[in-house]
Amino acid sequence: MNAVVEEHHDHDHKPTGIGRWLFSTNHKDIGSMYLWFAFTMFFIGGALALLIRAELFQPGMQIVEPEFFNQLTTLHGLIMVFGVIMPAFVGLANWQLPMMIGAPDMALPRMNNWSFWLLPGAFGLLLASLVMSLMGLGSAPNFGWTFYAPLSTTYGPDSTDYFIFSVHLMGISSVMGAINVIATIMNLRAPGMTYMKMPIFVWTWFITAYLLIAVMPVLAGVVTMMLTDRNFGTSFFDAAGGGDPVMFQHVFWFFGHPEVYIMILPAFGIISSIVPTFSRKPLFGYSSMVYATASIAFLSFIVWAHHMFTTGMPVAGELFFMYSTMLIAIPTGVKVFNWISTMWRGALTFETPMLFAIAFIFLFTMGGFTGLMLCIAPADFQYHDTYFVVAHFHYVLVTGAAFSIMAAVYFWLPKWTGNMYDEKLGKLHFWLTCISANVLFFPMHFIGLAGMPRRIPDYALQFAEFNQIASVGAFVFGFSQLIFLYVVIKCVRGGEKATDKVWEGAHGLEFDLPSPAPFHSYTTPPVVK
Amino acid sequence: MSVQTKKQTTDNPKIIGRLLLVVVAMFGFGFALVPLYDVFCDVTGLNGKTGDKVNFETAPTVDESRLVKITFLASLNESMPWEFKPQQNFIEVHPGKPTTINYIAKNISSKSIVGNAVPSVSPGLAAAYFQKTECFCFTQQELKAGEEKIMPVTFIVDSELSDEINEIALSYTFFISKQNNEDLADNNLTAKSINTFK
Repeated sequence: MNAVVEEHHDHDHKPTGIGRWLFSTNHKDIGSMYLWFAFTMFFIGGALALLIRAELFQPGMQIVEPEFFNQLTTLHGLIMVFGVIMPAFVGLANWQLPMMIGAPDMALPRMNNWSFWLLPGAFGLLLASLVMSLMGLGSAPNFGWTFYAPLSTTYGPDSTDYFIFSVHLMGISSVMGAINVIATIMNLRAPGMTYMKMPIFVWTWFITAYLLIAVMPVLAGVVTMMLTDRNFGTSFFDAAGGGDPVMFQHVFWFFGHPEVYIMILPAFGIISSIVPTFSRKPLFGYSSMVYATASIAFLSFIVWAHHMFTTGMPVAGELFFMYSTMLIAIPTGVKVFNWISTMWRGALTFETPMLFAIAFIFLFTMGGFTGLMLCIAPADFQYHDTYFVVAHFHYVLVTGAAFSIMAAVYFWLPKWTGNMYDEKLGKLHFWLTCISANVLFFPMHFIGLAGMPRRIPDYALQFAEFNQIASVGAFVFGFSQLIFLYVVIKCVRGGEKATDKVWEGAHGLEFDLPSPAPFHSYTTPPVVK
Repeated sequence: MSVQTKKQTTDNPKIIGRLLLVVVAMFGFGFALVPLYDVFCDVTGLNGKTGDKVNFETAPTVDESRLVKITFLASLNESMPWEFKPQQNFIEVHPGKPTTINYIAKNISSKSIVGNAVPSVSPGLAAAYFQKTECFCFTQQELKAGEEKIMPVTFIVDSELSDEINEIALSYTFFISKQNNEDLADNNLTAKSINTFK
């Protein structure tokens, strides 16, 4: 098998120069571009977060104006959600899916190129509004990443139209990426690889792609309504014209809740690949993992109004959304128990990817528990729009989704580059990141429960200590990521050669390919028994 | 590659076609949520939305045994340069009996303004039982500069109203109608221009 691939390796027609990237139809090159794009955005979004934390280091106004603070929180959220987590997962899908299912490339390589190259345009527009704001030419979007009407319609700054077009482009990009993933998985699996033999990462991405196709158009719809409300005299969300601003929240969260699972299901797939490798045991409960992923995806469509308990819903509605939200804990619990059972009595070793995976399991579960607290409708009236919510979603998105992406990069980087990363620095990065993330986000639970609202530049004196601790954690966390950048660059440039299998306990078709993986993956499909 | 081609059950263009169809359908669904939301609120009476004008062919029976307290509230959208208040703060009525009360609105700006009032009933579940036979909220209201106008509402509380509800709040908010947005933009009166000013 390897011989065949290596023989072909010599005939790679790797384009050269800038054209290799601009016109790329290669899943690995496009995957790398997605990942580097996400990495760049991670530092931009992170810089905004550090400004926020610097302002919140002390009560009172310190560094930025309140108006600019609102722009910071908005852009931080938008960049991290749409510019970091989502593109990073698409990048991982691009790299891994063809290798994992024994395909030569993605099914629709030209569309793949287009879906990536829309992103720099989209974020160019969004960031242009920030640059203009810094130059004193009006405000960047300042209504929070959830862009509730009427803040974004009646009161939105002129740059809102940049934002709308940018979201349209991101949506088109995501939808094309999702179509590509589905076509690849349906058509290019190696002979013998039935659906129930696919690696879990492939399964989670398969389901995520359907979620994307179902909800990204709804997001496009809601921003289109905003566009016409703002510029063409419609009144979808304007009570004066017979519209309803609360409806904005319904339509937005109909997109928004499945969106949070779009950002976590691929993470589940990554953890399900890493934990068995370093436990040297097969994944416990494979089929229950698949069904759990599918149930989470289904439930994500009927829980959206738990974001809106305080909008004056009738009790029946609150109870429905409360109970349906609680149901999600069951399939999620199945997953967590499966991961723990996989580790149970395994021959565990703790390389960097495994460390991140174990931290993910523990910290994501904590984020899940605060989610359960928030879904209790009467309690949510206390927690709503406080730092408790901020703590909750940063536990699931930073120590959850972002940790899984870091784990995945450490796990597959040797396969991608052919070189081992620096394990010592990797571990240093892990411990700094893991500890500082908790220093950063854990105190937010307390200040939230004590009543500090989110998205404000100033706060009451009694919240000062916890905010200072969080700010210190934030700066350590932020600068620790420079180690990550250094480790990745160092690994790309060289290092100890990785074996084809990379990890002793590794399984899967991608580890049958040589390291570094050849430009075209499986030109002859392997046979899966 | 040949092995895979044989194995394909559906070719790529077909998959793309079907998935694009889902995309278009979901885009449409986003817009369909707008009327669906209204229908849902009308049917269930959630969200405190009151219905349109109700015409009674025969006078409804009056339930003398019961009194329901109706509280009247008035508010203005922040940029509306009017004064607006009910003539009385509350009234106690028998369910089934038509009652008329008045709101008073005055335009304190120097321009003629068209406004429209959006009603809301609380608790939301009472909305379906609060029936208006006449209301200034059914049409746009124009007030010339300095003009004052009495605005009547005639309503009947349905005798089917749950025994558990003994108080209903009726609230009106006056918005600047979109009809006159253009003229008023110069005057810093509309919300948008106030925002730009800030």
